[in-house]
Amino acid sequence: MKIGRRGFLSFVIGGAAGTALSPLPWKLMDDTSIWTQMWPWTPVPEDGEASYVNSVCTLCPGRCGITVRKIEDRAVKIEGMRGNPVNNGGICLLGLSGLQLLYGPTRIKSPLKRTGKRGQGKWDRISWKEAVSMVVEKLGDLRSKGRAHTVGMISGSDRGTVPHLFERFLTAYGSPNFFRMPSVRDSYELTLHIMQGVQALPGFDFKNADFILSFGSGIIDGWGSPVRMMRNFSAWRNTGAKVIQIEPRLSNTAAKSNKWIPINPGTEGALAMGLAHVIIKESLYDNGFIADYANGFDEWKRLVIDKYDPDSVAAITGIDAGTIVALARSFANASNPLAICGRGDGTTPVGLSDCMAVHALNALAGSINNKGGIFAVSDLDYIHWPEIEMDAKAAVGMQHERLDGAGSRKYPNSRYLPNRLPEAILSETPYPLESLFIAGVNPLYTLMDTRPIEKAFEKIPFVVSFSSYMDETAQRADLILPNHIYLERYEDVPRPIGMLQPLISLAKPVVEPQLDTKHAGDVIIQMAKGLGGSLANSFPWESYYSCLKETLGEKWEIMVEKGFWSGSESMTKNLETSFDTVSGKFEFINPDSGSAVQYKPVAVEGDRKSYPLILIPYDSIRLAPNSFVGDPPFAIKTVDDSVLKHNDVFVEINPKTARVAGLREGELVLLSTPIGAGKVRIHLFEGIIPGIVALPRGLGHTGSDDYLDGKGINVNALIGPVQDPDSGMDAAWGIRAKISKV
Amino acid sequence: MSTLDDHAKEMIEGAAHETAASQSTEGTIQKQDKGAGGTIILFFILGMFASLIIGWVIFPKLLYSKKKQPIDFNHAFHVTQVDNGCESCHFFRADGTFSGVPKLDQCIECHEEIQGIDPNEIKFVEDYVSKGREVPWLIYSKQPDCVFFSHAAHIKSANMECVTCHGHIGESKSLKVYEQNRITGYSRDIWGESIAGFKKNTWDRMKMDDCAECHQKESAKIEKRGIKTPTNRLIDDIVHVVSPWALSTVKGSSVQTERDACFVCHK
Repeated sequence: MKIGRRGFLSFVIGGAAGTALSPLPWKLMDDTSIWTQMWPWTPVPEDGEASYVNSVCTLCPGRCGITVRKIEDRAVKIEGMRGNPVNNGGICLLGLSGLQLLYGPTRIKSPLKRTGKRGQGKWDRISWKEAVSMVVEKLGDLRSKGRAHTVGMISGSDRGTVPHLFERFLTAYGSPNFFRMPSVRDSYELTLHIMQGVQALPGFDFKNADFILSFGSGIIDGWGSPVRMMRNFSAWRNTGAKVIQIEPRLSNTAAKSNKWIPINPGTEGALAMGLAHVIIKESLYDNGFIADYANGFDEWKRLVIDKYDPDSVAAITGIDAGTIVALARSFANASNPLAICGRGDGTTPVGLSDCMAVHALNALAGSINNKGGIFAVSDLDYIHWPEIEMDAKAAVGMQHERLDGAGSRKYPNSRYLPNRLPEAILSETPYPLESLFIAGVNPLYTLMDTRPIEKAFEKIPFVVSFSSYMDETAQRADLILPNHIYLERYEDVPRPIGMLQPLISLAKPVVEPQLDTKHAGDVIIQMAKGLGGSLANSFPWESYYSCLKETLGEKWEIMVEKGFWSGSESMTKNLETSFDTVSGKFEFINPDSGSAVQYKPVAVEGDRKSYPLILIPYDSIRLAPNSFVGDPPFAIKTVDDSVLKHNDVFVEINPKTARVAGLREGELVLLSTPIGAGKVRIHLFEGIIPGIVALPRGLGHTGSDDYLDGKGINVNALIGPVQDPDSGMDAAWGIRAKISKV
Repeated sequence: MSTLDDHAKEMIEGAAHETAASQSTEGTIQKQDKGAGGTIILFFILGMFASLIIGWVIFPKLLYSKKKQPIDFNHAFHVTQVDNGCESCHFFRADGTFSGVPKLDQCIECHEEIQGIDPNEIKFVEDYVSKGREVPWLIYSKQPDCVFFSHAAHIKSANMECVTCHGHIGESKSLKVYEQNRITGYSRDIWGESIAGFKKNTWDRMKMDDCAECHQKESAKIEKRGIKTPTNRLIDDIVHVVSPWALSTVKGSSVQTERDACFVCHK
């Protein structure tokens, strides 16, 4: 039989008919459609048993309690912890995005040793044993040469066991150079020390305050403990408390406050003095407090009456005299008024005289250690360790003065001045810094004017970073000893600054460490043991875990279960015993300088002629402005496109100023300051004083991820530090600037 | 096919008229035609038969690979050893979610050490319990990723029996071979043993149609009682997607656009 064309065709047609009558096409179609749903890159949620772990978020100084939802071994959601005294169920954008910092690809996977040049990005993976022995060898060598004091350490905090271990290590090793990164806490600590004679943290009774006078504090823009402050702000709506926001720019806080008073930047101290003038002149102050508990009032009164009449203050601040008088009256007449300072999110200090002027207002209103006012809160004293064993080398090393000059004759009351480090390192005075350890901070991004800091880093022979991410600082280190991130480690976390209620939270490993990282506390203990002798004896603990458990004692059990330990608010403070100054009273006179509280203008860099504008930074809660981590992808996606569009950041400028310069919305321009320059786009904004331009903090990162890298510019790199003559702190609030077309 | 043949005939007949060709020529053509017709039908039948064999017999054999479970578990025996039936091991968690196949932790409660002489138990204890490894069970009823099914709604609220969907697996003495679909990776039990999709029992298949079938019945019952709840609406929606002709009441809007219509089960 011959198979012809017809035969073949009919075979094919018969085949088609048969196929159609078989389940094959229908089943294949069904299976193919299911297959398309199962491609390996399609994200699939975990399935399994749900559980919750209570811990604490340490991404910012807010210290919110968190409850992390887990499915089997995977953390799937971070929620605010209900019943936590800080945030009671609330959480911010950065906190929510924490899982991307845990599982994201940007983490450092193992200890790294630099192989190329500094900042070239060439690293060798090494083992932990090798890494620790490298540090031990280097430190042992320096110590044997009698140069123990040339080792420094920068930490994000000086509270809690981990920073205490760092400090303890340096002391036993023989170096006084432990540094804490600057924030408005420095200004407040110093103010409380000078005016009240106490070493304490500020605590604000926001719950009972009914008139909040904010000198530029971004109450809902990340100031203090952000979630707590947002809750307070909402509560004030219900209680009828008034919020007056004084700042040059219409921030979210200003927009939502009862009144926004635009002020020339950097003149907040003058306004405080002007308000004091009206209050004193009209005898609106708390007579009882001033008569019984204040010292130097008469001298200060003369100064205030003399120099700060509303008209003079109006000329400085740009606020009209009538507004100043009205504001002073309503502040003094409120039942529980409270004045606060710290610009933006409060991660940069304000000049000491400004902070003292604001604090003096609280004194006038009788709001010191009083309901609805500001309290000097001493930190919980729960870390009781055996005495440090000091050998001769340690004792000699500790005799040296600090590299940053804190506590020296010039700055007797300042505790930490890391902003002065670049200068000291570059000039090698009083001595060179030979090794620097960096933990939980990113000074090469957050300190102002990053270039000299980079140069200073070049001079340090041995830089060790504990960073979990390849941030700007870690990029220029010689050795990286990656710490577990907060969701992988144990750590005690004392209450946030500004809170009255005693509280210690416990960070707990939510998941097993995902990478070859190690707890910085364990590394320090191993370093001490490696160095041996008195150092090893000063660190008797087997591991950080045992150290922590022992330190917390009976609080441990409750902290593991609840995630925190809290005491009751102790607000009834006796004013008789509140002040530990020489006079035993609240001081209007700085006993060190002998001068009364006054306004000292902080002059920023640049001359008016070549730089006609003033650039100020601003903080937004969506941008993790001065955190040690940059914005995770979830967070950066929320940034408005009038702040950041594609890779360009917008500089806010008043339409009037823009019209004069002939600038249009969205135009690409060059923003330059005496320190540096960068390309930005113009955003016309009625909510900023003419002549002032504003850039957000938190952009211009490098070494992060594709979502953040190369977006915008780092405003800190454009602003030069201005040293506060009284305290040595960096009191810069902006810089002179110009905008030119490109 | 017949159209083609007719056409050929017409052409040939036409040619015969025009040329007035001899009888013999016509006869040859007719003969050839008859023979060709038979061949064509034969080939048609052959083609059809071959493809039917492929579609019904070979294709299902090729489509599924056969896998053995890591441990041959005896459900029947275990049911006699526990107090609470299926729920002793396949239980609801405190938050109402269903635990599914037990984890090692539950097995260890009894099997920390070898209890008997069964080689499967010895293998289980030695290979998994003592090494702390989870057993990689192959799950017959596993639905595609992102398909959400609430056991609580069906077992607790609607008082359904496990058997309705899972069959009499609880009475089985050994685990059957797991036939894995090579394209989707799922068990044959989802589509059902019958490649044609026929089923005798409710547990023979676990496709969306099977969800709908039951929901349709339930919704009809509810309709009779005249109760209208959000759940009924949902049931209507599902039925509407699967068999739009089944519901008596025609809705104004499309079910696909109805709020949450698909997303109750497809997350």
